[in-house]
Amino acid sequence: MSLWLLRRVGQAVLVMLLMTVIVFVGLNAIGNPVDILIGEDLNQAERVQAIARLGLDQPLWQQYITFLNGATHGHLGKSFVHHEDALQLILQRLPATFELAFSALLMAIVIGVPLGLFAGLYPDHFASRLMMTGSIVGFSLPSFWVALMLIMLFSVHLGWLPASGRGATREWLGIQWSWLTLDGWQHLLLPALNLALFKISLVLRLTRAGVREILPQDFVKFARAKGLSPLRVTLMHVLRNTLIPLVTVLGLELGSTIAYAVVTESIFAWPGAGKLILDSINTLDRPVVVAYLMVVVVIFVSLNLLVDVLYRLLDPRVRLEGAQ
Amino acid sequence: MIRVESLWQRGVLDFLRSPMAIVGLLILAVIVLAALFAPWITPQNPYDLMQLDVLDARLAPGATSGEGHYTYWLGTDGQGRDLYSAIVYGLRISLLVGVGSALIAAVIGTLVGLVSAYAGGWVDALLMRLVDLLLSFPGILMALMILAWLGKGVGNVVLTLVVLEWAYYARTARGQALVESRREYVEAARGQGISRWRILVGHILPNCLPPLIVIGALQIARAITLEATLSFLGLGVPITEPSLGLLIANGFQFMLGDEYWISVFPGLALLLTIVAINLVGDRLRDVLNPRLQR
Repeated sequence: MSLWLLRRVGQAVLVMLLMTVIVFVGLNAIGNPVDILIGEDLNQAERVQAIARLGLDQPLWQQYITFLNGATHGHLGKSFVHHEDALQLILQRLPATFELAFSALLMAIVIGVPLGLFAGLYPDHFASRLMMTGSIVGFSLPSFWVALMLIMLFSVHLGWLPASGRGATREWLGIQWSWLTLDGWQHLLLPALNLALFKISLVLRLTRAGVREILPQDFVKFARAKGLSPLRVTLMHVLRNTLIPLVTVLGLELGSTIAYAVVTESIFAWPGAGKLILDSINTLDRPVVVAYLMVVVVIFVSLNLLVDVLYRLLDPRVRLEGAQ
Repeated sequence: MIRVESLWQRGVLDFLRSPMAIVGLLILAVIVLAALFAPWITPQNPYDLMQLDVLDARLAPGATSGEGHYTYWLGTDGQGRDLYSAIVYGLRISLLVGVGSALIAAVIGTLVGLVSAYAGGWVDALLMRLVDLLLSFPGILMALMILAWLGKGVGNVVLTLVVLEWAYYARTARGQALVESRREYVEAARGQGISRWRILVGHILPNCLPPLIVIGALQIARAITLEATLSFLGLGVPITEPSLGLLIANGFQFMLGDEYWISVFPGLALLLTIVAINLVGDRLRDVLNPRLQR
């Protein structure tokens, strides 16, 4: 196990390194930031000075080494636009994104699991068929368009919920939270629902498939034969065993939820990291884009690693397979 | 008389047993035909500036044009385009980008998958790690990066989507090829002294097609959504080209003033297209997946 863990962590570090190279080289191909950042009215001497200040006069590999050296110390360069530490900038915005992503996942579980359970227990019920077809629509909905429709219905037409921003937040443990104020809740509801729609369909389908697979198994029959109440069999035996793969998938989905928050955040003007990255791409703010990608890569690789390790701990079959 | 059905004939009959799939297929047929014959079924070419009248901008659905030439059944957008025409032209780009990228990605991905299965060893390991890496990273972020790098354009969007999609085909083709290569018919072909590469392409590849077709259908839907999303964000198709994503983005600014139609109708067309493809793809998966056949 410890040898496997060491190899797996080594692999993860290798992937991160590889990504730094790809990101760095790729981003250097996107136009020259000098043209955009430095005014044309500067004379040649001032230009050269400005280029040197930004570290853009060194060869690419030198810039990469400097970048990697900084990265290991938590410095990913200063934003060209905001003149602040890029990583700091991302980390300031990240809690808002996490709050949104977690709310969306939570919403997906709270809505998707009961519906999926029903559809799995009564597959021929007309409501179940409706849900399955509905989930295809849920998969198909272009999330940016749904966002507009939600704004139109709930903000413009009904006037129930605000269409943009994060609203009032309250500080707790040094971080601003929307969860702690009513105004924050109102602002959170629409973007979270928007981000959750796809996941609701996913959770519904996974839960249904899991229930269908587990129902005919012997331990369920045995639990029934023992005389347990149907409710107890459903909750303690069927649902619990469905949840294991579901938790894995959702763990991995957290990463993609954070990525797709880019779209949701930009429409609802949610002040998270996703909106920052889109603005930074448009202004060619390279350090911020690099810092964001690095943060996302770290989140992704860590999530994958965590899920892998948990799987080995939870499921003895995977452990045996690895030992062969 | 004994009717001999081929596997494909049985597949088609099986497919048609689901009413939802037939509905999806019909909607899809209408959309494809509309896109193909766009110039003949629309009153104006919405991307020919000579045909537009700025005075007709943001007219409500059902309004008639200034000179009373024709009726804007779905209203007009901010530039005075007939929305119905703009949507039909936009569908052309959606389908072109969706089908084009899926086809190119399918060819490249399948080839890589077959090579990976054929070569084995370190080539296989390297290619599959690359596939793992690509699939573990969220598509939208990769697309944003690539398009920020390449710039706008229909060709660039297709290229981006190919980069995102080929890995799905590669993984499936490889897995399927490895399974098939242990079958008896492959053994028999080997016994006949047919070369390994010919067995791979002539015998194994045709048997790998069913799952690849399913992936293809679902990837077309994904590609169309991504194109619209990227164009909406201003990173996909340039504003001179018709695109449903751009139309929706155009309508966003007027939506708060209750001029809903500019965003709603293109979105509905997009949704209908994707739902139709997904309905067909979903049914294909059920029909072509041997594990589900009882």
